[in-house]
Amino acid sequence: MSAPFSIQCFTCAKCKRLFNASAEQNAMVINNSTGAVVCQGCAEPGNTSSLAPYLQLIQEATMAIPKHVPVKPRDLEAQASQTTRQNQQAAFTEKLEFIDSSKSPAIPIYRVTDGLGKFIDPAQDPGFGKEKSIRIYEAMTQLNIMDRILYDAQRQGRIAFYMTNSGEEGNHVGSAAALEAQDLIYGQYREVGVLMWRGFPLEQFMHQCYGNSKDLGKGKQMPIHYGSQEHNFVMISSPLSTQMPQAVGSAYAFKRQPNNSRVVCVYFGDGGASEGDAHAAFNFAATLDCPIIFFCRNNGYAISTPTTEQYGGDGIAGQGPGYGLHTIRVDGNDLFAVYNATRHARKLALSNKPVLIEAMTYRLGHHSTSDDSTTYRSVDEVQKWGSGDHPIERFKAYLMAKGWWTEQREREWALQVRERVLTAFAASEKIQRAPYHEMFEGVYDKLPAPLRRQRQELDDHLAEFGTHYPLDRHLKKN
Amino acid sequence: MALRNIALLCGRTRGVLATRGAAHFNFQPTEAPKEYGEERTKMNLCQAVNNAMDIAMATDPSAILFGEDVAFGGVFRCSLGLKDKYGSDRVFNTPLCEQGIAGFGIGVAVAGSTAIAEIQFGDYIFPAYDQLVNEAAKYRYRSGGLFECGKLTVRATWGAVGHGALYHSQSPEANFTHTPGIKVVVPRGPTQAKGLLLSCIRDDNPAIFFEPKILYRLAAEEVPTGDFMIPLSKAETVRSGKDVTIVSWGTQVHVSLEAAQLAQEKLGVSVEVIDLQTIQPWDEEHIVQSVKKTGRLIVSHEAPKTSGFGAEIAAAIQERCFLHLESPVARSCGWDTPFPHVYEPFYLPTVWRVFDSIKKTVNF
Repeated sequence: MSAPFSIQCFTCAKCKRLFNASAEQNAMVINNSTGAVVCQGCAEPGNTSSLAPYLQLIQEATMAIPKHVPVKPRDLEAQASQTTRQNQQAAFTEKLEFIDSSKSPAIPIYRVTDGLGKFIDPAQDPGFGKEKSIRIYEAMTQLNIMDRILYDAQRQGRIAFYMTNSGEEGNHVGSAAALEAQDLIYGQYREVGVLMWRGFPLEQFMHQCYGNSKDLGKGKQMPIHYGSQEHNFVMISSPLSTQMPQAVGSAYAFKRQPNNSRVVCVYFGDGGASEGDAHAAFNFAATLDCPIIFFCRNNGYAISTPTTEQYGGDGIAGQGPGYGLHTIRVDGNDLFAVYNATRHARKLALSNKPVLIEAMTYRLGHHSTSDDSTTYRSVDEVQKWGSGDHPIERFKAYLMAKGWWTEQREREWALQVRERVLTAFAASEKIQRAPYHEMFEGVYDKLPAPLRRQRQELDDHLAEFGTHYPLDRHLKKN
Repeated sequence: MALRNIALLCGRTRGVLATRGAAHFNFQPTEAPKEYGEERTKMNLCQAVNNAMDIAMATDPSAILFGEDVAFGGVFRCSLGLKDKYGSDRVFNTPLCEQGIAGFGIGVAVAGSTAIAEIQFGDYIFPAYDQLVNEAAKYRYRSGGLFECGKLTVRATWGAVGHGALYHSQSPEANFTHTPGIKVVVPRGPTQAKGLLLSCIRDDNPAIFFEPKILYRLAAEEVPTGDFMIPLSKAETVRSGKDVTIVSWGTQVHVSLEAAQLAQEKLGVSVEVIDLQTIQPWDEEHIVQSVKKTGRLIVSHEAPKTSGFGAEIAAAIQERCFLHLESPVARSCGWDTPFPHVYEPFYLPTVWRVFDSIKKTVNF
């Protein structure tokens, strides 16, 4: 350890003269009213304290200051070139140059088929086969039909609220089909196709929208806040992007399991990507090497806010490399592109390399039943996407070209699905809500005494005033 | 730093050197009950926390500890030696991001692993507020029990430290007691810290464990070395009395004990001091029984008076014990200001303010 740096001198705060600390200790005093260290000549008589008690303290404080060692030019270079975790070396430059991101080309959009469902590069064909292809198409169309019926149901006042997935059926089913059943999914709210692909029953979607006693969530949340432990799909919650760092935490927990075979896939939108939680999630995933896929559904709008008002850089994909994430941008309406990208992303994630996929798509429907998008975008724009670049139409073209689907089958299937949805819907509508005591369940693992007292208070109140409450919509309490 | 400034910081009046570092209270050690274990050793609060985490991680292979600077041992040394013992996959630094730490912790718990998330200062817990209040607290409720994050425990430092000012002294518990679904716990000493932290970690509900930082080194006592847990939602009567009840938690319990002793000596008043321990869900019955006996209640906490947890206790007790009360429920708390630096001696509910409160209460 080098010799401690010792104080050579004090400077008088008033006259700025230098005094040798050890030799001229008593030449300096502390001026009580200002706290300044001054020489005897500048001190206010009778209003000073000795410096002696503080010399030891100052000595100790300054002992921590390492002796100054001039740095050789070569050392500077070695220090400065040690940068990122990945031990990337940064070279020096003498050119004063700023990166103008508007001049960099945007990250290209990976696609596999054209607008008519034809493979541009046949080598990219994942080779689904007839059965899988039909299953994919049926999932997309079933979602589309269910969305229309439930949207109308809200308009008729039968359910409180609904959000459709129109235009995004391709990115849902394409990504879901590329994942394994054991992979854990965190969603935002517009990923019904993912849950549908996994086998969540139609009736359960209805039960959740009605919030009846068969709803897995027991009617606690608004419609479309789905979830299923059985299907490895974490319950949706309204706050945006909160699921993102949570997904990273789950991925980390999986990584620690011996022979881990699970990845986590977390979905979010172009708007959600602006939240602080998104930044937190990207950063944690990259620094902690988590087996996670970040799937951004860039559908052009966050309610009424277009992406031109959501970010200033190259979308969400443009952020990925900055965090240290493997990144790709894909055509979200090209199911094959979404599938291929997700499949490959899964391999990367399983080797603990987190991935960001930005799927470019378009929200054909309104944000929700509380929104009227004609107030902020043109009907022409919606039609351009709806008829020119619909994921279902593109996949259908492929299916028809293969001879695996016909217009006749289409008509039969549409009727079949409509009937199935309406039947489930009608059955669900009749089921009562859970007993009102359910409202007090699940706050903690066990009902705490104060809450039990509140429940009793409500019981007593309803005993007298029950006729003013919709008790008939609920099952009787036990 | 300029030498003149160092002298300034050291204080320019005599006696300051002597009092610098002196706390506003004296720590009163507790003797742990026999059932916590016979074998004991002297530990301070920091070591007790370290010991609790050591035991938690030894007995639960899924348990991981993470946060800012925990890998090298933590800025208060609470995680000293744990990385070497359990590996860097179980004890690790996260990026500097409290909302990330909380969200990540929830996700770890949802996946079935035990998460011990450290927030370096309770003053910096607010970026994590959304995750804790909107997510952690509501996970079980909103999913009909299908998903929950009960394996999450958030540890954060807490309370006055003598020079912490606005952002190193806060007691944020009341910001969380208003949210059903999380548990909030504050220990008063090393034994309680160890037993309560183990309970929080093993409890099936997300919990926030606030550690009084001033007690890390200052509070030392004989602590049982074994694996023991102190039950949550159970208050403890630390000093029995019959004239006045004081409810407090954390550092303020020791201030209250000193004020109680003074009241006995100077006023002949017998004061009962209760450590609430779990702030939410709190042991209402224990306080009710005490107030039915004494008829007088003072709640004392460092946090600002308005909407502090004392307000909840006062409201609940006047509801339950109205006809037993001889005087209004008093609250001896921090003033309704942000936590100041040089005014700390005036800000805190000192021994003398609590004593003053006792005097006013008995003379009502």
